Amino acid sequence: MNIVVCIKQVPDTTDVKINPETNTLIREGVASIINPFDVYALEEGVRIKERQGGGTVTVMSMGPPQADVSLREAISVGADEAILLSDRAFAGADTLATAYTLAAGIKKLGDADIILMGRQAIDGDTGQVGPEVAENMGIPHITDVRKIEEIKDGYITLERMLEEGYVRLKVKLPIVMTVVKEINEPRLPSLRGKMNAKKKEITVWGAPDLDINTQRLGLTGSPTQVVKIFTPPKPEGGKIFEGGASEAVNELIKELQGAGIRFGRKKEG
Amino acid sequence: MSSSIRVIDEKCIGCGLCIRACPFAAITLVNKKAVINEQCTFCGACIDACKKYQAIVITRQTFEAHDVSAYKGICIYAEHRMGQLSTVVHEIIGAALELKKVHDVPLSAILLGNKVKKLADELIAHGVDEVWMIDNPAIGDFAEDIHTELVTEILNEKKPEIFLGGGTIMGRSLLPKVASKIRTGLTADCTELEIDPDTRLLKQTRPAFGGNIMATILCQNHRPQMATVRHKVMKAAGIQEGHTGQIIDMSHIKIPKAEIEVLGFVEEESDTVNIAEADFIVSGGRGIKDPKNFALLHELAKEIDAAVGASRAAVDAGWIPYSHQVGQTGKTVNPKIYIACGISGAIQHLAGMKSSDMIIAINSDRNAPIFDVADYGIVGDLFEVIPELIKQVKG
Ligand SMILES: Cc1cc2nc3c(=O)[nH]c(=O)nc-3n(C[C@H](O)[C@H](O)[C@H](O)COP(=O)(O)OP(=O)(O)OC[C@H]3O[C@@H](n4cnc5c(N)ncnc54)[C@H](O)[C@@H]3O)c2cc1C
Ligand SMILES: Nc1ncnc2c1ncn2[C@@H]1O[C@H](COP(=O)(O)O)[C@@H](O)[C@H]1O
Repeated sequence: MNIVVCIKQVPDTTDVKINPETNTLIREGVASIINPFDVYALEEGVRIKERQGGGTVTVMSMGPPQADVSLREAISVGADEAILLSDRAFAGADTLATAYTLAAGIKKLGDADIILMGRQAIDGDTGQVGPEVAENMGIPHITDVRKIEEIKDGYITLERMLEEGYVRLKVKLPIVMTVVKEINEPRLPSLRGKMNAKKKEITVWGAPDLDINTQRLGLTGSPTQVVKIFTPPKPEGGKIFEGGASEAVNELIKELQGAGIRFGRKKEG
Repeated sequence: MSSSIRVIDEKCIGCGLCIRACPFAAITLVNKKAVINEQCTFCGACIDACKKYQAIVITRQTFEAHDVSAYKGICIYAEHRMGQLSTVVHEIIGAALELKKVHDVPLSAILLGNKVKKLADELIAHGVDEVWMIDNPAIGDFAEDIHTELVTEILNEKKPEIFLGGGTIMGRSLLPKVASKIRTGLTADCTELEIDPDTRLLKQTRPAFGGNIMATILCQNHRPQMATVRHKVMKAAGIQEGHTGQIIDMSHIKIPKAEIEVLGFVEEESDTVNIAEADFIVSGGRGIKDPKNFALLHELAKEIDAAVGASRAAVDAGWIPYSHQVGQTGKTVNPKIYIACGISGAIQHLAGMKSSDMIIAINSDRNAPIFDVADYGIVGDLFEVIPELIKQVKG
């Protein structure tokens, strides 16, 4: 079973602060982490390999040279190989160009049976790269996977989250899946894993290493264009009630009624 | 030649405005000149900051541009399940009708499914001019593989200039695959859509970085301009009295073989779980202290017809299932009223509920950050406040 997990290095949002004067993100000193959802994707990849007995888990990331830190971290929790797609020509990619590039990297690797990704990246928040990679590979995809039931005879059975519940699906491999965090409990790195991570050679591929149309990379290959970035206006402070419970609730309900809000059980019919 | 960004050294005075404007820490000063490194994502924030000196330029090359003049009209994806249009569809129609005020073009909807004629009538009654429909028992509800192929075919044939879908789980799975097939741009989870009156381009605004920044995005040279629309942000269209339209049968398009086999749908037993659709949400955090105490939240929720949400702390403690989690790694919700009980208001939690119409916070700590975003706050012990609230709401 050949498994590829796509991981993205993102800023740790716990540290993200806004500069009140310039209204921009302060990125200084903000640590980089593996996108949280991708950690679950990686754990699931390692578990599938362990369960199915054999195969490799390859982690792949497209990003600047620093992203190798995240790839090493992935090795420490069980990935076997790590590939960094890095080239100035990849910069400025929107989801279409990112997916095109990642798919080219996966194709170069050879026969992947399962490609795992996070539900979404916490910096871009789009969740589009997974389905778009699948399209580039010409294979099916399932988003928001919360459980893998069985992988057998070239088919996978899984549970996919929906707004009102979940649906059980069966799909032929190869497949792209994006996962939610309910799927597992990621492990911590072992001592041996940490040693492996230190020693590991990270393969770096640039545009010339891939079978691609350079017009479809990076900013050039991106149909969307960010024309403005701004900080949403800071909310004005609300009304705070500090008197005892009964008085505070009373005032709150009066305020709500004043604002025309019927705050009670919906009358049916 | 490829696209590039560069600093014109003669114009750069080394003021550093661009450094502060850059959300990606991609600019440094070297010998009093701005230097852009590989962290740059070409977002253009520096160009704005450097308006006065115009020392930074981006050159954009375009690949495979479409003949944009061949595309006309606004089209929406009519998502439905179990015989009902998803509520987000009415919201997208509402948004599209607003767009039409600036750019008056026909509004169409793609409707695929089995026995969906009734839904086509409903779309028309709400303002859709043309429904492009395929009504066929081979099209099921829960697998979007067939839908993806059919939507792509229809868009290629009909060529609308704008295509909008819901920011739902299905919409955010289907539209990216379609966009990738057509090789056009797609903007995820928009909270604002506007037509530029001069260029007629669709300005798509969306939160990123967990809502810490907003970005406005254009798709200039490719069509359709595609976006998914965040649920519960746009105002739903009502019935448009006297509006007429027509159903266009698209069943000449061949239905592809299914790749995904649906084994079964399991509806979550509790009616309080669907926080994405709820108008009211009562949410609990670590301050609830014990799984048993969630009963108190459920009681309040029942009284005001609300769904029950939770912070990650409460979910991680195992007090309530993950499907209730609100926030960056949980669900994004947009209810009319969000009542946060014993939730501190960490940035990752806020990312999932900040855009609620109204936020009410109950917390014993006056300094909890949740009070910064709350419209109304009660400082107090939730074990006193919530029973009181239940009592007074009952009246
Ligand atoms: C990558 C990442 C992703 C994350 N994603 C999410 C996410 O999706 N959703 C999410 O919620 N969190 C998320 N978190 C976690 C987040 O940072 C916070 O840890 C979490 O939201 C805290 O939950 P809480 O407010 O319930 O708990 P706490 O921060 O512990 O707050 C409990 C609050 O309850 C109050 N309280 C205590 N007792 C009482 C009482 N008797 N009456 C009234 N008030 C009381 C306290 O004053 C306190 O403010 C994420 C974190 C990371 C790093
Ligand atoms: N540059 C990248 N390198 C590797 N994987 C990525 C990259 N961008 C996105 N992904 C994967 O795609 C998922 C969805 O990302 P996004 O569509 O950007 O929200 C992430 O969780 C990753 O698994």
